[in-house]
Amino acid sequence: MTLITVERKVLEKNDVVANDIRLKLKAHNIFSFNLLSSPGSGKTSLVERTIAHLKEKISIGVIEGDVQTDLDAQRIDLLGVPVAQIVTNGGCHLDAGLVRDALTKIDYAQLQILIIENVGNLVCPAGFDLGEETKVVLLSTTEGDDKPLKYPAMFRNASVLIINKIDLLPYVNCSVQKIKENALAINPDLKIFETSCTTDAGIPDWCNWILAQANQ
Amino acid sequence: MHELSLAQEIISITEQYYSSDNNERVKSIKVKIGKLQNVLPDSLEFCFNALIQNSKMENAKMMIEHVPIKLECKNCGNISEQDGYLFACPKCGCSAITVISGNELTVSEIEFENVSNNKEVLN
Repeated sequence: MTLITVERKVLEKNDVVANDIRLKLKAHNIFSFNLLSSPGSGKTSLVERTIAHLKEKISIGVIEGDVQTDLDAQRIDLLGVPVAQIVTNGGCHLDAGLVRDALTKIDYAQLQILIIENVGNLVCPAGFDLGEETKVVLLSTTEGDDKPLKYPAMFRNASVLIINKIDLLPYVNCSVQKIKENALAINPDLKIFETSCTTDAGIPDWCNWILAQANQ
Repeated sequence: MHELSLAQEIISITEQYYSSDNNERVKSIKVKIGKLQNVLPDSLEFCFNALIQNSKMENAKMMIEHVPIKLECKNCGNISEQDGYLFACPKCGCSAITVISGNELTVSEIEFENVSNNKEVLN
Protein backbone atom coordinates (compact mmCIF):
# COMPACT_ATOMS: atom_id res chain seq x y z
CA MET A 1 0.00 0.00 0.00
CA THR A 2 1.21 3.50 -0.82
CA LEU A 3 -0.26 6.69 0.58
CA ILE A 4 0.63 9.79 -1.40
CA THR A 5 0.04 13.25 0.00
CA VAL A 6 -1.12 15.37 -2.91
CA GLU A 7 -2.73 18.61 -1.68
CA ARG A 8 -3.62 19.86 -5.15
CA LYS A 9 -6.49 22.18 -5.99
CA VAL A 10 -9.29 20.37 -7.79
CA LEU A 11 -9.71 23.35 -10.13
CA GLU A 12 -5.98 23.94 -10.68
CA LYS A 13 -6.27 23.39 -14.45
CA ASN A 14 -9.02 26.00 -14.66
CA ASP A 15 -6.99 28.39 -12.49
CA VAL A 16 -3.94 28.14 -14.76
CA VAL A 17 -6.03 29.11 -17.80
CA ALA A 18 -7.79 31.85 -15.81
CA ASN A 19 -4.48 33.37 -14.75
CA ASP A 20 -3.29 33.29 -18.35
CA ILE A 21 -6.45 35.16 -19.43
CA ARG A 22 -5.99 37.67 -16.60
CA LEU A 23 -2.41 38.40 -17.67
CA LYS A 24 -3.47 38.88 -21.29
CA LEU A 25 -6.30 41.25 -20.38
CA LYS A 26 -4.03 43.21 -18.05
CA ALA A 27 -1.35 43.45 -20.73
CA HIS A 28 -3.90 45.19 -22.94
CA ASN A 29 -5.19 47.31 -20.07
CA ILE A 30 -8.69 45.84 -20.31
CA PHE A 31 -11.05 46.06 -17.35
CA SER A 32 -13.13 42.88 -17.20
CA PHE A 33 -15.93 41.65 -15.03
CA ASN A 34 -17.88 38.43 -14.66
CA LEU A 35 -21.61 39.22 -14.45
CA LEU A 36 -23.51 36.67 -12.38
CA SER A 37 -27.13 36.20 -11.38
CA SER A 38 -30.05 33.80 -11.48
CA PRO A 39 -31.89 33.41 -14.81
CA GLY A 40 -34.20 36.25 -15.77
CA SER A 41 -32.89 38.85 -13.34
CA GLY A 42 -31.81 41.23 -16.10
CA LYS A 43 -28.14 40.54 -16.88
CA THR A 44 -28.50 40.99 -20.62
CA SER A 45 -30.73 44.04 -20.19
CA LEU A 46 -28.08 45.56 -17.92
CA VAL A 47 -25.38 44.82 -20.50
CA GLU A 48 -27.55 46.48 -23.17
CA ARG A 49 -28.11 49.60 -21.03
CA THR A 50 -24.41 49.72 -20.15
CA ILE A 51 -23.40 49.55 -23.81
CA ALA A 52 -25.94 52.23 -24.75
CA HIS A 53 -24.42 54.59 -22.16
CA LEU A 54 -20.76 53.83 -22.75
CA LYS A 55 -20.13 52.75 -26.32
CA GLU A 56 -19.41 56.27 -27.58
CA LYS A 57 -16.94 56.83 -24.74
CA ILE A 58 -15.04 53.56 -24.53
CA SER A 59 -14.66 50.30 -26.48
CA ILE A 60 -16.68 47.42 -25.01
CA GLY A 61 -16.78 43.74 -25.89
CA VAL A 62 -19.05 41.04 -24.53
CA ILE A 63 -18.83 37.29 -24.02
CA GLU A 64 -22.28 35.79 -23.58
CA GLY A 65 -22.72 32.49 -21.75
CA ASP A 66 -25.92 30.49 -22.13
CA VAL A 67 -27.04 26.91 -21.78
CA GLN A 68 -28.75 27.10 -25.18
CA THR A 69 -29.26 29.56 -28.07
CA ASP A 70 -27.36 32.63 -29.22
CA LEU A 71 -30.33 34.92 -28.55
CA ASP A 72 -28.33 37.09 -26.13
CA ALA A 73 -25.45 37.50 -28.58
CA GLN A 74 -27.97 38.58 -31.21
CA ARG A 75 -29.29 41.26 -28.85
CA ILE A 76 -25.78 42.57 -28.17
CA ASP A 77 -24.80 42.38 -31.83
CA LEU A 78 -27.62 44.82 -32.66
CA LEU A 79 -25.79 47.41 -30.56
CA GLY A 80 -22.72 47.20 -32.78
CA VAL A 81 -20.12 45.96 -30.29
CA PRO A 82 -17.95 42.82 -30.55
CA VAL A 83 -19.68 39.81 -29.03
CA ALA A 84 -18.92 36.08 -28.77
CA GLN A 85 -21.50 33.54 -27.66
CA ILE A 86 -20.62 30.50 -25.56
CA VAL A 87 -23.30 27.79 -25.59
CA THR A 88 -22.59 25.32 -22.80
CA ASN A 89 -25.10 22.71 -24.05
CA GLY A 90 -26.38 21.97 -20.59
CA GLY A 91 -23.32 23.03 -18.60
CA CYS A 92 -24.36 25.07 -15.58
CA HIS A 93 -21.38 27.45 -15.50
CA LEU A 94 -18.66 28.97 -17.65
CA ASP A 95 -15.09 27.88 -17.09
CA ALA A 96 -11.84 29.54 -18.04
CA GLY A 97 -11.27 27.25 -21.04
CA LEU A 98 -14.58 28.32 -22.58
CA VAL A 99 -13.69 31.99 -22.09
CA ARG A 100 -10.21 31.46 -23.60
CA ASP A 101 -11.85 29.94 -26.71
CA ALA A 102 -14.43 32.75 -26.91
CA LEU A 103 -11.65 35.35 -26.80
CA THR A 104 -10.29 33.97 -30.07
CA LYS A 105 -13.58 34.96 -31.73
CA ILE A 106 -13.37 38.68 -30.95
CA ASP A 107 -10.61 41.21 -31.46
CA TYR A 108 -10.24 41.66 -27.72
CA ALA A 109 -6.90 43.49 -27.86
CA GLN A 110 -8.64 46.70 -28.96
CA LEU A 111 -11.13 46.62 -26.07
CA GLN A 112 -11.06 48.69 -22.91
CA ILE A 113 -13.90 46.83 -21.19
CA LEU A 114 -14.77 43.14 -21.43
CA ILE A 115 -18.06 41.96 -19.97
CA ILE A 116 -18.47 38.22 -19.42
CA GLU A 117 -22.12 37.37 -18.87
CA ASN A 118 -22.22 34.02 -17.12
CA VAL A 119 -24.90 31.34 -17.32
CA GLY A 120 -27.88 32.29 -15.15
CA ASN A 121 -27.20 30.43 -11.92
CA LEU A 122 -26.41 31.64 -8.40
CA VAL A 123 -24.66 28.43 -7.32
CA CYS A 124 -22.28 26.73 -9.74
CA PRO A 125 -20.47 29.68 -11.37
CA ALA A 126 -19.30 31.03 -7.98
CA GLY A 127 -16.26 28.78 -7.77
CA PHE A 128 -14.94 29.11 -11.32
CA ASP A 129 -12.35 31.81 -11.94
CA LEU A 130 -12.65 33.05 -15.53
CA GLY A 131 -9.64 35.35 -15.43
CA GLU A 132 -11.84 38.38 -14.83
CA GLU A 133 -10.74 41.33 -12.76
CA THR A 134 -13.82 41.29 -10.60
CA LYS A 135 -17.19 39.61 -10.09
CA VAL A 136 -20.45 41.56 -10.25
CA VAL A 137 -23.55 39.86 -8.87
CA LEU A 138 -26.97 41.09 -9.92
CA LEU A 139 -30.12 40.47 -7.89
CA SER A 140 -33.55 41.67 -8.97
CA THR A 141 -36.28 42.78 -6.62
CA THR A 142 -38.62 40.09 -7.97
CA GLU A 143 -36.36 37.38 -6.55
CA GLY A 144 -36.84 38.40 -2.91
CA ASP A 145 -34.57 39.93 -0.32
CA ASP A 146 -33.42 36.66 1.24
CA LYS A 147 -31.26 35.54 -1.69
CA PRO A 148 -27.89 36.72 -0.34
CA LEU A 149 -28.43 34.45 2.67
CA LYS A 150 -29.44 31.52 0.47
CA TYR A 151 -26.52 31.84 -1.96
CA PRO A 152 -23.74 33.15 0.27
CA ALA A 153 -20.74 32.01 -1.80
CA MET A 154 -21.85 34.08 -4.77
CA PHE A 155 -22.25 37.24 -2.68
CA ARG A 156 -19.06 36.57 -0.75
CA ASN A 157 -16.96 36.25 -3.91
CA ALA A 158 -18.35 39.33 -5.66
CA SER A 159 -17.11 42.88 -5.20
CA VAL A 160 -20.20 44.59 -6.62
CA LEU A 161 -23.92 43.99 -6.05
CA ILE A 162 -26.47 45.45 -8.45
CA ILE A 163 -30.05 45.49 -7.18
CA ASN A 164 -32.07 45.51 -10.40
CA LYS A 165 -35.73 46.08 -11.30
CA ILE A 166 -36.19 48.73 -8.62
CA ASP A 167 -39.05 50.14 -10.72
CA LEU A 168 -41.05 47.02 -9.71
CA LEU A 169 -40.70 47.64 -5.96
CA PRO A 170 -44.32 48.88 -5.56
CA TYR A 171 -45.57 45.53 -6.88
CA VAL A 172 -43.34 43.01 -5.12
CA ASN A 173 -42.79 41.96 -1.54
CA CYS A 174 -39.15 42.93 -1.34
CA SER A 175 -37.15 45.41 0.73
CA VAL A 176 -34.03 46.95 -0.79
CA GLN A 177 -32.86 47.74 2.73
CA LYS A 178 -33.18 44.05 3.65
CA ILE A 179 -31.25 42.96 0.53
CA LYS A 180 -28.46 45.34 1.53
CA GLU A 181 -28.41 44.16 5.16
CA ASN A 182 -28.33 40.50 4.12
CA ALA A 183 -25.68 41.05 1.44
CA LEU A 184 -23.43 43.14 3.67
CA ALA A 185 -23.65 40.52 6.44
CA ILE A 186 -22.12 38.07 3.95
CA ASN A 187 -19.70 40.56 2.40
CA PRO A 188 -19.24 43.94 4.13
CA ASP A 189 -17.03 45.23 1.30
CA LEU A 190 -19.71 45.01 -1.43
CA LYS A 191 -20.19 48.12 -3.53
CA ILE A 192 -23.95 48.39 -4.17
CA PHE A 193 -25.91 49.97 -7.03
CA GLU A 194 -29.70 50.16 -7.45
CA THR A 195 -30.85 50.06 -11.06
CA SER A 196 -33.77 49.73 -13.41
CA CYS A 197 -33.07 48.81 -17.00
CA THR A 198 -36.60 49.97 -17.88
CA THR A 199 -36.44 53.50 -16.44
CA ASP A 200 -32.62 53.82 -16.61
CA ALA A 201 -32.54 54.68 -12.89
CA GLY A 202 -29.09 54.10 -11.40
CA ILE A 203 -27.54 53.12 -14.72
CA PRO A 204 -25.46 56.34 -15.03
CA ASP A 205 -23.91 55.74 -11.57
CA TRP A 206 -23.08 52.16 -12.48
CA CYS A 207 -21.56 53.24 -15.79
CA ASN A 208 -19.48 55.94 -14.08
CA TRP A 209 -18.10 53.29 -11.76
CA ILE A 210 -17.13 51.12 -14.76
CA LEU A 211 -15.44 54.11 -16.42
CA ALA A 212 -13.48 54.81 -13.25
CA GLN A 213 -12.30 51.18 -13.11
CA ALA A 214 -11.35 51.19 -16.79
CA ASN A 215 -9.38 54.43 -16.41
CA GLN A 216 -7.40 53.26 -13.39
CA MET B 1 -24.39 20.35 -11.17
CA HIS B 2 -20.80 21.57 -11.26
CA GLU B 3 -19.95 18.48 -9.22
CA LEU B 4 -19.54 16.57 -12.50
CA SER B 5 -16.76 18.95 -13.59
CA LEU B 6 -15.14 18.62 -10.18
CA ALA B 7 -15.28 14.81 -10.28
CA GLN B 8 -13.61 14.84 -13.71
CA GLU B 9 -10.80 17.03 -12.38
CA ILE B 10 -10.32 14.80 -9.30
CA ILE B 11 -9.95 11.76 -11.56
CA SER B 12 -7.60 13.64 -13.89
CA ILE B 13 -5.33 14.65 -10.99
CA THR B 14 -5.36 11.12 -9.53
CA GLU B 15 -4.40 9.53 -12.86
CA GLN B 16 -1.13 11.44 -12.77
CA TYR B 17 0.04 9.46 -9.73
CA TYR B 18 -0.09 5.93 -11.13
CA SER B 19 3.37 4.35 -11.15
CA SER B 20 4.82 3.39 -14.51
CA ASP B 21 4.67 -0.40 -13.88
CA ASN B 22 0.84 -0.25 -13.82
CA ASN B 23 0.79 -2.74 -10.99
CA GLU B 24 -1.45 -0.91 -8.57
CA ARG B 25 -4.97 0.35 -8.17
CA VAL B 26 -6.43 3.34 -6.41
CA LYS B 27 -8.01 2.30 -3.14
CA SER B 28 -9.13 5.70 -1.93
CA ILE B 29 -8.91 9.40 -2.66
CA LYS B 30 -9.26 11.93 0.12
CA VAL B 31 -10.84 15.21 -0.95
CA LYS B 32 -11.14 18.31 1.23
CA ILE B 33 -14.23 20.45 0.68
CA GLY B 34 -14.63 23.81 2.38
CA LYS B 35 -18.13 24.86 3.37
CA LEU B 36 -17.82 27.97 1.21
CA GLN B 37 -17.44 25.94 -1.97
CA ASN B 38 -21.12 25.11 -2.59
CA VAL B 39 -20.31 21.46 -3.27
CA LEU B 40 -22.91 18.79 -2.60
CA PRO B 41 -20.97 15.81 -1.26
CA ASP B 42 -23.58 13.23 -2.33
CA SER B 43 -23.69 14.66 -5.81
CA LEU B 44 -19.89 14.73 -6.10
CA GLU B 45 -19.69 11.12 -4.95
CA PHE B 46 -22.44 10.09 -7.39
CA CYS B 47 -20.65 11.75 -10.32
CA PHE B 48 -17.29 10.29 -9.28
CA ASN B 49 -18.71 6.76 -9.02
CA ALA B 50 -20.45 7.11 -12.40
CA LEU B 51 -17.26 8.29 -14.09
CA ILE B 52 -15.00 5.54 -12.74
CA GLN B 53 -17.27 2.67 -13.82
CA ASN B 54 -15.42 0.29 -16.16
CA SER B 55 -12.19 2.25 -15.77
CA LYS B 56 -8.97 1.27 -14.06
CA MET B 57 -10.09 3.41 -11.13
CA GLU B 58 -13.24 1.34 -10.62
CA ASN B 59 -13.93 0.53 -6.94
CA ALA B 60 -11.88 3.49 -5.73
CA LYS B 61 -13.55 5.18 -2.77
CA MET B 62 -13.84 8.90 -2.39
CA MET B 63 -13.43 10.07 1.18
CA ILE B 64 -14.62 13.59 1.80
CA GLU B 65 -13.25 15.72 4.60
CA HIS B 66 -15.53 18.67 5.33
CA VAL B 67 -13.70 21.85 6.26
CA PRO B 68 -15.67 24.36 8.36
CA ILE B 69 -15.64 28.11 7.89
CA LYS B 70 -13.14 29.69 10.31
CA LEU B 71 -12.75 33.40 10.71
CA GLU B 72 -10.01 35.48 12.29
CA CYS B 73 -11.09 38.88 13.55
CA LYS B 74 -8.82 41.72 12.44
CA ASN B 75 -9.94 43.76 15.45
CA CYS B 76 -9.63 41.43 18.45
CA GLY B 77 -7.78 38.46 16.92
CA ASN B 78 -10.47 36.00 17.97
CA ILE B 79 -10.66 32.84 15.86
CA SER B 80 -14.17 31.45 15.48
CA GLU B 81 -15.90 28.63 13.65
CA GLN B 82 -19.07 29.62 11.80
CA ASP B 83 -22.06 27.31 11.46
CA GLY B 84 -23.82 29.76 9.17
CA TYR B 85 -22.53 32.22 6.63
CA LEU B 86 -22.48 35.46 8.59
CA PHE B 87 -19.08 37.02 8.35
CA ALA B 88 -18.63 38.90 11.60
CA CYS B 89 -16.66 38.20 14.77
CA PRO B 90 -18.98 36.56 17.35
CA LYS B 91 -16.86 38.05 20.15
CA CYS B 92 -16.67 41.75 19.27
CA GLY B 93 -19.13 41.99 16.34
CA CYS B 94 -16.51 43.45 14.00
CA SER B 95 -17.04 42.61 10.31
CA ALA B 96 -13.37 43.11 9.42
CA ILE B 97 -12.42 39.44 9.33
CA THR B 98 -10.15 37.10 7.41
CA VAL B 99 -11.50 33.77 6.26
CA ILE B 100 -8.82 31.31 7.35
CA SER B 101 -10.60 28.13 6.25
CA GLY B 102 -13.68 27.08 4.32
CA ASN B 103 -12.48 27.80 0.78
CA GLU B 104 -10.67 24.47 0.39
CA LEU B 105 -11.33 22.27 -2.62
CA THR B 106 -8.36 19.95 -2.90
CA VAL B 107 -7.31 16.42 -3.64
CA SER B 108 -5.54 15.76 -0.38
CA GLU B 109 -4.31 12.14 -0.40
CA ILE B 110 -4.37 9.15 -2.73
CA GLU B 111 -4.01 5.62 -1.44
CA PHE B 112 -2.78 2.96 -3.86
CA GLU B 113 -2.65 -0.76 -3.27
CA ASN B 114 -0.58 -3.28 -5.14
CA VAL B 115 -2.66 -5.50 -7.43
CA SER B 116 -0.32 -8.53 -7.49
CA ASN B 117 0.05 -8.56 -3.70
CA ASN B 118 -3.72 -8.71 -3.38
CA LYS B 119 -3.89 -11.67 -5.73
CA GLU B 120 -1.30 -13.50 -3.67
CA VAL B 121 -3.31 -12.91 -0.51
CA LEU B 122 -6.47 -14.15 -2.20
CA ASN B 123 -4.74 -17.29 -3.46
